[in-house]
Amino acid sequence: MIKKVLIILLFVLLGLSLYSVVKYNTFGEDKTVVARHYIDYGMKETGSQNIVTAVVVLYRGFDTLGEVTVLFLAATALGALLHGLRFKSKEKEPSSLIVSTAARYIFPLIILFGTYVFVHGHLTPGGGFPGGVIIASAFLLLFLAYTQKEVSEKTLSLTEGTAGILYVITGLLGLVMLNSFLANFLPKGIPGKLLSAGIIPLIYILIGFKVGAEMTGVLRNLKEEEK
Amino acid sequence: MSSIIIIFVSILVLFMLGATIVAWVTKDLLVAVLSSGTISLIASILYLILQAPDVAITEAAIGAGLTTGIFVYVLKKTERFEK
Repeated sequence: MIKKVLIILLFVLLGLSLYSVVKYNTFGEDKTVVARHYIDYGMKETGSQNIVTAVVVLYRGFDTLGEVTVLFLAATALGALLHGLRFKSKEKEPSSLIVSTAARYIFPLIILFGTYVFVHGHLTPGGGFPGGVIIASAFLLLFLAYTQKEVSEKTLSLTEGTAGILYVITGLLGLVMLNSFLANFLPKGIPGKLLSAGIIPLIYILIGFKVGAEMTGVLRNLKEEEK
Repeated sequence: MSSIIIIFVSILVLFMLGATIVAWVTKDLLVAVLSSGTISLIASILYLILQAPDVAITEAAIGAGLTTGIFVYVLKKTERFEK
């Protein structure tokens, strides 16, 4: 009983603090100078049509590298935790004909959509993280439909490691050429074209591969121990 | 925002609150996982209404899609009902 009262009290406090934030920062008002700068000069400075992508990959590029590292650590920790643990085996039922047939046709389409999302990250909403997760969810469908299906761990970790190393190398190239880590050393091009915005598409393709391989590895680890 | 959108958003937020209470109260963890997926789905619609399509697509892919799948896998390893 006391526990529940404490939980309710915690939520009331949380609500009050959120209310005070919303009260002083109303929707649709620009109060920060830096946000105004991104909106006004973002496209001119980076050549990216999607300002969010420009902020994530170029203005705050170092944070994104950190995010990718945190994701990598979390996936590795999960693998380490599950390694060696054996669970009671439950009987495996093969999925129905409808599910497995539908999965066979939908799987390539989901992969295609995920690839579209991360290749066009600088033009349309989306980017490396959602694109990679969409690809991983295609593999989730595959694992659900074909319970015996295996994905080689070697391929996954090779993809993941290569993408991560190439990301850091891209950053270091910027350091060598323009004296700043993750600087945009490629030509900006015309905003709105597929080959524009310098290194943004390059980095988002790498992040897409990395996140997709990592998340598929997480799913694979969780599935693996079921035997 | 026009009043129609405000009514629509209010209904969505009510659904979200309902799903939250279900997730909190229920002893069946599968129901809890599914209702937290519902919360993410509604949140992604709300982000779209607030003109943040980038966040909406991420929330739909990660919150509603992959997280629910991972939780279901974890539930299969542990127990379905809370003691």
